Amino acid sequence: MNHTIHVIKQGRMSRRRRWIAVTLVLSILSIALCCAMLLFGNTIYPVRDVVAVLLGEEIKGAAFAVTTIRLPRMLAGLFAGFAFGVAGYTFQTLLRNPLANPNVIGMTSSSSAAAVFCIIVLQSSKAVTSFVSVIAGLLTVFIIYVLAKGTSFAIGRLILVGIGIQAMCNSIITYLMLIGEEHNLPAAVRWLTGSLNGVKLEELPVLMISCLIMVPVICVLGRSLLILELGEQTATTLGVKTDWVRVLLIVSAVVISAIATAITGPIASVAFLAGPIATRLVGTGKVNIVPAGLVGAALVLASDLVGQFMFQVKFPVGIITGIIGAPYLLFLLIRMNRRGDL
Amino acid sequence: MKYHLYQAVQLVAGYDGKMILDEITLQIPSNQISVIIGANGCGKSTLLKTLANLIKPASGEVILDGRPIRTIASKQLARVVGLLPQSPIVPEGITVADLVGRGRYPHQSLFGTWSNQDYEAVAEAMEMMNITELANRSIDELSGGQRQRVWIAMALAQQTDILFLDEPTTYLDITYQIEILDLLTDLNRKHGTTIVMVLHDINLSARYADYLFALREGKLIAEGKPSEVITSQLIKDVFGLDCTIIQDPVTNSPSIVPIGRYHGSGKNTVLEANK
Repeated sequence: MNHTIHVIKQGRMSRRRRWIAVTLVLSILSIALCCAMLLFGNTIYPVRDVVAVLLGEEIKGAAFAVTTIRLPRMLAGLFAGFAFGVAGYTFQTLLRNPLANPNVIGMTSSSSAAAVFCIIVLQSSKAVTSFVSVIAGLLTVFIIYVLAKGTSFAIGRLILVGIGIQAMCNSIITYLMLIGEEHNLPAAVRWLTGSLNGVKLEELPVLMISCLIMVPVICVLGRSLLILELGEQTATTLGVKTDWVRVLLIVSAVVISAIATAITGPIASVAFLAGPIATRLVGTGKVNIVPAGLVGAALVLASDLVGQFMFQVKFPVGIITGIIGAPYLLFLLIRMNRRGDL
Repeated sequence: MKYHLYQAVQLVAGYDGKMILDEITLQIPSNQISVIIGANGCGKSTLLKTLANLIKPASGEVILDGRPIRTIASKQLARVVGLLPQSPIVPEGITVADLVGRGRYPHQSLFGTWSNQDYEAVAEAMEMMNITELANRSIDELSGGQRQRVWIAMALAQQTDILFLDEPTTYLDITYQIEILDLLTDLNRKHGTTIVMVLHDINLSARYADYLFALREGKLIAEGKPSEVITSQLIKDVFGLDCTIIQDPVTNSPSIVPIGRYHGSGKNTVLEANK
């Protein structure tokens, strides 16, 4: 008995240590990337100046670049990346499918379609556009959930319905872009490719506050999420209120990723990559919500730095993450096809 | 182990508006092993799931110690009643000890910190199922028989007084079937756990069950001790199969010897079958 307990404890401790180590390393990496975001730009200001500006000092030139451009850009990348990572991991675990994420189930594209409609047809303000896009995302998820629920909860159906909605929304977006007036197009394009360009500081509190509220909710539900991974029946017999937990998790994940999308646009592949990378690093059997969020943040920040400085032309972050995500998607599809999961 | 009064009263239940169970009323013998037998599609699994609160009955009630189970808080119920589904889902890469540990969910607080009790329950369950040496192995690497022991260990770690199992021996070699049934009997003898399971093999059911429930088309048509219930007429009624009943030479329990069209006494001859 004591030997068995010892063996179990050892296993748990070693997995726990690995979780802590990975989370720590990812945190340090994210912080380092945040610093890089503040330091690098058209002009490289001394660290001392950047710190001074952040503490509220007025230094000519540096103050504008750091507080108006780089700080919002960095915070948007950090929080949006975290939100996408957490939302993606939640969806993937909840639906037990690596393909499942806000993009695949059609939420992101319906948000985008609604936003593009607001910009081009209604010519509404930025705040209204963001609000409508969040509502559209939530509504879509609700519709997909109802359509897919049937009598029992079918995951394959959910993804198929989502792909259908995605195709429909994309055609609406394409149509709107064709009829749109030229001066509205730049604002609309942002909804097609995620970008951290031109994010304003005053846009960020909504995202930051929603993350600070929703991420703890998701973390508390994380244990039930692990039990849900064992399937509907096992979870129910273990005393998880499956419908409740699922709805709460989906709403939380959708809200943070919809709000993040409203600020940065859909940054491709982050929601899709973060979970699997975090799980690979930490191992299964632990709640990987925070690591997934950190991986998401690091991905966005690193990709934005690459997009800004690696090439002659400045690329928006979504293009870089899209390029990273594509091979993984192919790999996943091939693997799933081989196993007969598709 | 505590005595529990577990009853079903005029249960009607099914899926998609199609009712499978037809007014089933029964009482599960406490601290004994019961087996539900019946042909494919007769509602065995549906009955098991309805009894364990996985399916809400369209009418009728499942009552635990005088309380309808639908009124019992889900975690509280999960500390008394456990169920091993027929094909549980395995998360990729999970270790054996982690999986067994998840059985502790209903006993843990919001944050899931492990108490000594949790460790003891998991260790005991793993020792009972002889999977201690697999503790930190990934479940993907295990054989079917080992996996089934892991799942049962998870249900044991839940430490419920009542355990439902939906075909725990399906897909297993005969050796593992016997091993699993022996282990479940150990559990019943040692802890007095009330066990209710669906089994396909009638002879093994007759051996291991203290009590049998026989279903046909959603109706409970016979119940009682195997020696009283199993007759060639009942097998004919339940499975539509002609058979002869003999005494199991090992356990003296009734054992069926099926008669097909090609074998048996005169009337079911090859000639007749070819007509």
